[in-house]
Amino acid sequence: MENNHISGAEALLKSLICEGVDTIFGYPGGQIISVYDKLYDYTDQLHHILVRHEQGAIHAAQGYARTTGRPGVVIVTSGPGATNVITGLADALMDNTPIVVISGQVASDFLGTDAFQEADVVAMTQQATKWAIQIRRPEEIPAAVARAFYIASTGRPGPVVLDIAKDAQVGMMDWSHERCRAIRSYDPCPKINPQDIDEVAQLLETAKKPMIIAGHGVMIANAEKSLLEVAEKGNIPVATTLLGLSTIPSDHPLNKGMVGMHGNLGPNSASLEADLIIGVGLRFDDRVVGDFNAYAPNARIVHVDIESAELNRNIKTFKAIHADADDFFKALSEKIKPTNNPEWLAKFDTRDKFETEKVINPILKPAEGPLHMGEVIRAVADAAPKNAICVTDVGQNQMFAARYFRYHADKSFLSSGGLGTMGFGLPAAMGAKIGAPDRTVCLFVGDGGLQMTIQELGTIMAYNIGVKIILLNNDYLGNVRQWQELFFNSRFSQTPLVNPDFNKIAEAYGIRTGKVTRREDLADAIADMLSDDKAYLLNAAIGSDEMIFPMIAAGTSYEKIMISKNENYFPLK
Amino acid sequence: METKLYTITIFSENSVGLLSRVSLIFTRRGINIESISASSCSIPGVTKWIITAFTNRELLDQVAKQVERCIEVLKVFVYDDDEIIYQEVALYKIETNLLFEEPHVERIIREHSARILEIKRDFTVIEKTGHYRETEALFEELKRFNLKQFVRSGRVIVTQSPNEYITDYLVEQNRRINKINDATE
Repeated sequence: MENNHISGAEALLKSLICEGVDTIFGYPGGQIISVYDKLYDYTDQLHHILVRHEQGAIHAAQGYARTTGRPGVVIVTSGPGATNVITGLADALMDNTPIVVISGQVASDFLGTDAFQEADVVAMTQQATKWAIQIRRPEEIPAAVARAFYIASTGRPGPVVLDIAKDAQVGMMDWSHERCRAIRSYDPCPKINPQDIDEVAQLLETAKKPMIIAGHGVMIANAEKSLLEVAEKGNIPVATTLLGLSTIPSDHPLNKGMVGMHGNLGPNSASLEADLIIGVGLRFDDRVVGDFNAYAPNARIVHVDIESAELNRNIKTFKAIHADADDFFKALSEKIKPTNNPEWLAKFDTRDKFETEKVINPILKPAEGPLHMGEVIRAVADAAPKNAICVTDVGQNQMFAARYFRYHADKSFLSSGGLGTMGFGLPAAMGAKIGAPDRTVCLFVGDGGLQMTIQELGTIMAYNIGVKIILLNNDYLGNVRQWQELFFNSRFSQTPLVNPDFNKIAEAYGIRTGKVTRREDLADAIADMLSDDKAYLLNAAIGSDEMIFPMIAAGTSYEKIMISKNENYFPLK
Repeated sequence: METKLYTITIFSENSVGLLSRVSLIFTRRGINIESISASSCSIPGVTKWIITAFTNRELLDQVAKQVERCIEVLKVFVYDDDEIIYQEVALYKIETNLLFEEPHVERIIREHSARILEIKRDFTVIEKTGHYRETEALFEELKRFNLKQFVRSGRVIVTQSPNEYITDYLVEQNRRINKINDATE
């Protein structure tokens, strides 16, 4: 007979297995050592990835969660182990990523005594988690784990923290486990009201200039198919937010590009003229809206979100619908009639052509000069398999990757959208590759962000994680440099970087590398990078004065869009 | 946007740490909590909080939604004063000999419909229930007489509606949970 009288540490691992966990990202330490000791007996069921820094663990878990749709699991020790994951928690909360963090804690008797490596993790993470709880008794563990997974993965997903005191890990308990199916005070499944759907269908019938904006919520709800069905049935142009990229294929005729600060001219201009905007699974945050008072002056806005607190939060809506994105699109597709607004659709294409000529072609087909980020990214996208995943860090590399990569498969774009965490890229790409071992994972990262979590090259080496690292190296903190050039009189305060030889660093970790400075060598360098499924670092030398356009200056309306340093586009003129 | 005093009631599970999570949401939006009281309500296992704050309705409605997002929070209601019946209690400590030496004091207590809670050799405690301006008015009068201590409670309220709105909500939630449990069994 199986012995059910086990330690809290063992109960934790068994509970994780019951929740379907097979991969853990973590780092051991004094107050979590009992769990790691038990893990020694469970390595056949739980694959533990030993990272090089706890921040790496949580970003890797985020990459894993966002590619698999399953919660990413992180185990860290108390005190600094736990505080090191807080950036990742805040990031996961903003980007709605299911994460379960298990942190060790000093024994109950020592709580509040400033014991060695004690930090009040639950208090510190209140504003960075969906739920956080401290566990002081072993028998509380299975139910807390069940609740944690339920909360993290349902409704609007998010990070949770289980802070487990040492004595709860060591103490004995009678093990049993039941999955959490419902919580009285938390209803993650809003019901669609059929009248709302009728009303939206009606609005679409009378609209002359409708547009759908698809956000991250569409991806999280696995609503890519139903979105496409609605768009195609209704012949409605679709724009995406940054994190909504890849919810509709890049080459789909109804995909009109990305909205926001560095979005495409078509959909950004359209927001000024549209008479109906159906925004699904997005927050309408400042990077999407620009000037809150001047956004979409002519549009009735229908906002659909699974989080009722997001509705009417940033912008006033004509109709707020509390619903899951997939439920919404499925219900709408049954009611929708085709719209016929060829002039409206043509407007997107005219602006797209203008943007291609003015902004895109000079980057993709330059006559001379140093390499552009955009051309490197597009060349990688063209050479990589169609289902490749684009992971970015934060800054110019992120915006260029968002704009110039091509998306053909679902869940192909992974980036720190809300929090904008530099250093996110490398560990997130690692987690993505572990979550999707059959897909090519291309990380686009700057020389600044890479150095924020560069220690994870060690993890990549240890576990042979086949991440393709494309370093867009301009020896600058490029995005801040761009703002300094545009808005601060070219006073480049603390943005030039004195960089190491990145190839040598990667080679020290046994990672194959390449270097490209000349346009004519780019294709061969990329072919070499993609010739196997192993990790690779391609160091691409980018011109240091590269800037990302179009750009809408922070907090301003879309009536003036910069298309180069000295040239503006006025959509309404 | 009009700023005035609003009353927020929060119904929650009795859960450790919820107070700090909730108060941080107010802090983040720059709203200062004027008063707060929490106690178990008429429904077993449910905690009722009453918070008052000077702010505008639009911001407060957003805050209420954010609070409702907390996992253990059941329901949040925002009230104008005309939607509720409310009361506060204030205690005033004065020197007992004032009652004998200052004839005004007795008259003041009488006029304000306050009552004497306890008389000790050294001090006397006066209790006044009422709205803020009423307890404040008594405070202003007694201030002249070397008031030893003064304390005012947070608001307690009942709604003008016959039942507590939470009752229907709980019935609905229990129905939802039973349905889920039936489906999985």
